[in-house]
Amino acid sequence: MNESIIKPENLVYRRTPVLTDNVMHYCPGCGHGTIHRLIAEVIEEMGIQEQTIGVAPVGCSVLAYNYLDVDIQEAAHGRAPALATGIKRLKPDFFVFSYQGDGDLAAIGTAETIHACNRGENITMIFVNNGIYGMTGGQMAPTTLEGMKTSTSPYGRDIKMMGNPLKITELLAQLPGTIYVTRQAVYKPALVRKCKTAIRKAFENQRLNKGTSFVEVVSNCNSGWKLPPVEANKWLEENMLPMYPLGDIKDVK
Amino acid sequence: MKELRLMKGNEAVAEAAIRFGVDGYFGYPITPQSEILEHLMAENPYPKTGMVVLQAESEVASINMVYGGAACGKRVMTTSSSPGISLMQEGLSYIAGAELPCLVVNVVRGGPGLGTIQPSQADYFQSTKGGGHGDYRLIVLAPSSVQEMYDFVGLGFDLAFKYRNPAMLLADGVIGQVMEKVEVDDYKPRWTDEYIKKSFPWATTGKNPNQPHVIVTSLELDSARQEQVNLRIQAKYRECEKNDVRFEMLHCDDAEYIFVAYGSSARICQKAIEMGREKGIKVGLLRPITLWPFPTQILRELSYKVKGMLAVEMSAGQMVEDVILATENRIKVEHFGRFGGIIPSPQEVVTALETKIIGGK
Repeated sequence: MNESIIKPENLVYRRTPVLTDNVMHYCPGCGHGTIHRLIAEVIEEMGIQEQTIGVAPVGCSVLAYNYLDVDIQEAAHGRAPALATGIKRLKPDFFVFSYQGDGDLAAIGTAETIHACNRGENITMIFVNNGIYGMTGGQMAPTTLEGMKTSTSPYGRDIKMMGNPLKITELLAQLPGTIYVTRQAVYKPALVRKCKTAIRKAFENQRLNKGTSFVEVVSNCNSGWKLPPVEANKWLEENMLPMYPLGDIKDVK
Repeated sequence: MKELRLMKGNEAVAEAAIRFGVDGYFGYPITPQSEILEHLMAENPYPKTGMVVLQAESEVASINMVYGGAACGKRVMTTSSSPGISLMQEGLSYIAGAELPCLVVNVVRGGPGLGTIQPSQADYFQSTKGGGHGDYRLIVLAPSSVQEMYDFVGLGFDLAFKYRNPAMLLADGVIGQVMEKVEVDDYKPRWTDEYIKKSFPWATTGKNPNQPHVIVTSLELDSARQEQVNLRIQAKYRECEKNDVRFEMLHCDDAEYIFVAYGSSARICQKAIEMGREKGIKVGLLRPITLWPFPTQILRELSYKVKGMLAVEMSAGQMVEDVILATENRIKVEHFGRFGGIIPSPQEVVTALETKIIGGK
């Protein structure tokens, strides 16, 4: 390689130093890596790496703490908003974020999620929704779509027997404690850029100290959905988005 | 001369927390300890000391808020009573696994289930044998007076930070509700963020430039490394057993029989000793102050000198198992207790000693 082309003016992309050098364990095509990068880039661009404390979940992103180069705590399944509450209350000058999947945030941790948002904890909550439990091998999640096959709904999710997909983000938007509630995706470059803007705003909001900022990212699970990455993204667009439409749900000015 | 106050045990815990310089309290109301949260809210320490007090949505949330604060190197605590403490077991296991210090107060009520709001000591197993999943212990202090409810808040935090492990005050409804005279300390300042950052490199206090970020976790998927984690934690517990066993002895010098009792049962036994000695029974009291680590060694030594021991506890017989283990079947050891919220009278205790130990086979 001609080293002489490595000049600042030729730079088109640089990996943010807020990501560690660890190789991510995520499946090829998984959205987690992109979402991690966006968070890391936002932290870098805001210059808050030394004033940020994160909370990692249980689920596929349990090892998020190995990739995000900020001080970070690993929570029990569903409890990330409670940890984040404890951190933010005791370190109000810090930027605090939680990162959770759908099982973590919308099933086992529903109470912690709702009450953190209802108290208007001045934190950023990142919610990655792929409608399935990835890490444990593809079981039904609270956000699994009607008729969707998982290892615990092998004949498709039967609403009468298994209940309805939970639109927790819309539910949280009803709470006076939330100031910014949005649903984003990262399966297309344009959406990645939009998602980053949303995450940036959700972090910037902590400076305002007005309430909780909540970013849902509709994502994929190639392994759990049993689809190759490109088909998984197509399936996401055709099936997930009608149920979980993208865009801001609440933005208190 | 220290300031004297007349207080309930529960209020003493709250007052001690404020004066000791605790950073955060997260709790959920439950009888018979709701006065702790009420007292803290009424005192409103935040403008005075910076101590955060927050009512959580559940005990599950409380203990996880404690986790978040403890992982920042702050002195944080929660309090509850038996059913609420059951809900905290998950969080306590994670806190012990992540090797974080914190203080939990359990003002025990009768169980199982919703049980009763009356006093009990039936959470001994849960408190001293781990309680949640995995190999871990809590450092358990058993106050038997309102003064000790006050004093053990600071002691509990000191031990928790010494071993980076959760500490528990195992009280009961009697000690929580009774009013007694308490000597209170002057207000101590909370630790500064600078002090915490310097003193606790394991805490998430914001990444230091050019240093690895701090990860607080109990997860280690590699079995060989997870075994090392467990060995390190167990080594810490052996140190604690060696250095921090606490107990009190009363009339043990000439004793032929020993009551082993903690908390309010120890108070009842004091009266039972008077009554017994009036009848000519040479009986003393060994009061464990740390229930874990348990005063095994002193009980073993006493078992060479006395004829029998009666474990008096408001349970169906829990601590008695540790007394039997300590005394190695050398002497007769029996249990006497009432449960369901009934507090035994000193007369009942003396009668139990006479029938189960002195007269027993």
